[in-house]
Amino acid sequence: MTDAPTSVDAIATGLREVGYLADDSTALVAFLAAKLGKPILVEGPAGVGKTQLAKSLAQTLGRELVRLQCYEGLDEAKALYEWNYRKQLLRIQAEADGTGWNDVQDDIFGKEFLLERPLMTAIASPEPVVLLIDEIDKTDQEFEAMLLELLSDFQITIPELGRVEATTHPIVLLTSNNTRELTEALKRRCLYLWLDYPGLEHELAIVRLHAPDLDEHVARRLVEVVAMIRDLDLKKPPSIAESIDWARALLLLGARDLDAKMFNDTISVIVKHRTDLDIVAERVGVKLALPQDGLGAASAG
Amino acid sequence: MPRPPADPRAAGARRAAIFGGHPDDQPPDGLVAHLVEFTEELRGEGVAVGTSELLDALQALPEVPWTEPVAFRETLAATIAKSQEDRRVFDLVFERFFFRATELAALREGVSEGDGGAGSMDEAGGDLNLDALRRQIAQAIADGDESALRDLARLAIAAFGQQGEGSGVIGVDVQRIRRQLGLRAEAQPEYPTEDPRHDGLPREQIRRFEQLLRAELERDQIERTEALPAARPLNEIDRALPSGPLSDLASVHRVVAQLKRRLKTQGNENKGAQRHAHVDVRRTMRASLETGGVPVVLKYRPIRPRRTEIYVLCDVSTSVTSASVFFLSVMHALHDSFRKMRSFVFIERISEVTDVFQKERDFKAVNTAIGKDAGVADISGYTDYGRVWREFRALVEDDLHPRATIIVLGDARTNGREPAAEVFGQIAARAGRTYWLNPEPKLYWNYGDSVIASYEQYCEAHECWSTKHLEDFVKALTAPDAARR
Repeated sequence: MTDAPTSVDAIATGLREVGYLADDSTALVAFLAAKLGKPILVEGPAGVGKTQLAKSLAQTLGRELVRLQCYEGLDEAKALYEWNYRKQLLRIQAEADGTGWNDVQDDIFGKEFLLERPLMTAIASPEPVVLLIDEIDKTDQEFEAMLLELLSDFQITIPELGRVEATTHPIVLLTSNNTRELTEALKRRCLYLWLDYPGLEHELAIVRLHAPDLDEHVARRLVEVVAMIRDLDLKKPPSIAESIDWARALLLLGARDLDAKMFNDTISVIVKHRTDLDIVAERVGVKLALPQDGLGAASAG
Repeated sequence: MPRPPADPRAAGARRAAIFGGHPDDQPPDGLVAHLVEFTEELRGEGVAVGTSELLDALQALPEVPWTEPVAFRETLAATIAKSQEDRRVFDLVFERFFFRATELAALREGVSEGDGGAGSMDEAGGDLNLDALRRQIAQAIADGDESALRDLARLAIAAFGQQGEGSGVIGVDVQRIRRQLGLRAEAQPEYPTEDPRHDGLPREQIRRFEQLLRAELERDQIERTEALPAARPLNEIDRALPSGPLSDLASVHRVVAQLKRRLKTQGNENKGAQRHAHVDVRRTMRASLETGGVPVVLKYRPIRPRRTEIYVLCDVSTSVTSASVFFLSVMHALHDSFRKMRSFVFIERISEVTDVFQKERDFKAVNTAIGKDAGVADISGYTDYGRVWREFRALVEDDLHPRATIIVLGDARTNGREPAAEVFGQIAARAGRTYWLNPEPKLYWNYGDSVIASYEQYCEAHECWSTKHLEDFVKALTAPDAARR
């Protein structure tokens, strides 16, 4: 399934098939990105499936995913390309006497000695790919400026070798956790997508898609509790992936209801700071029924 | 400040430019004109929309089923609004603009609902079972069914709006209708259990229904007066992102996390090329073994970031009661981020509360602990800055060094007592950087007993009473000229 998507619905169904439930605007923006060849800037709190969107998009479009994880101090050598100088040195040492410098020079600055880094791979790939530039806000502004050139022209100039132009158009996703304001210039070139924690029904659908055997009643309780926990002031609110993990854990334990005991036993799946654990136990744990009243509470509610 | 209405000729020229670029495949002429006006309005509200964004939107629209409202709005939003705040303003302006645009068109065309829809509605209203309608609306609110709500809003106005005639003020009418419908977020046990009102209705949905009622009432009013009311610029409350006290705390934490990064890296990045890393000879030699003794890879000594040490002083006297909760939450967030931090609260005297913050994680507990037994000598409840500075100097004089940062949170109102600015000056001179965050708007500075000016000569003073200001403060910290401090 390598052909371009034909409609918004098609891409939504495609994403659903690979296990990603996109809401209207996500599917729409993904479709526009594929159609117009514009990069998408995805922002939102941690753990709402920003990276997963790129993975699923690659999977449903049958493209390879090229991922560039950004971090403080990332430079061009790590993102674009680098000369494999060790190999070059060996090449020069192995050279027989009497070869002119010109011959050697032509030789050592060839494709053979080039180390491709993610951005280069994405541009040079003969097949169209999905390029994921993860956590762009972690890099510095210089890198962003460099990226700007790449995103508008889809070409890289290597002084010794010439220009490498993209033969195919990659779908580019940039994700950001909003720790730093991105430059206007970069934003202007992107489609903007804000992903937030899903609503109750949406998250329930996601959980049920990934843990279809889980009892409907338990799944609903689980989603409600997760929403409650996210409302608290925590160091790290639970992500969607963690709700899915929790659902699977409950399924494995054969939980028939989400009561206080089960909650306390499994809470470490979704809350991962000691101080957060205290807060959650204090605010949410007490609201859940004790095991023996579990059935009574369930039928009354 | 809203901008004055855009020059129609300028809009025309822009439209022509856009048309020149894309002669084919365009949505109809009228739509482009409307979109240009729409972006003008967005700019008026402070969203930076470039022509390139507008072109993107026009390029994107033909690709989607843009006659559907959701697809239309989302496409415009994805191409035009490029941050969460912008998106919020976008949604408000979108609603306002297209509501006005349709109404204006209806007025021009002379379309009135008086003879069509509303007439039949009145007939229906005659034998409308009011109780059934109430329940139907409650059900639709509980289900969150948008299109049903829209229809029911009109029915509700037909049924309840005319009784005793509208007050003329839309907000009053909306609330009256809501009360008559018995829509409340709290549980109302007097209703039978199968009625959704028995368990209370979702607050968000009630708000949505009120919005629909408001829109319908406005529509009625426009029809009656045959004129559009003056366009109102968005006010600050609408524009701000919805936030409860908890998310406020979260946003303070977020800004402080930024502050931490800035304070840490500042002074390093500004030196740029001048700052040279030293070659680590040992490691370079070791690495050269790989290349037969030729030092191809140079290993540098790692650049150590500066360790910031922060002293925060927070005024908790009565004159800053309203701001002190905000300040304490700032302190709380700072404590989360910085390990080397000492905090003090002061009124008449100063006392160190570093321990309280280190022991307690919960903000509320910190708040009460400080209120109860922070040990601040509080006889009159009035701040005595002079005394506070002297005591502070005695407390930390030996520890202060040029890498320390002092942040004072207070209104600099001395209640007529001696400000002792020179003592403050000595403290500021010993510390590397000193900032003053004042919870009062700049307008009130140096009026009455405020002596901020005499402190300002020793430090950088910022006005700060919301997270927005806090963010500005963080931004000001990174400004190039802040580096010399």
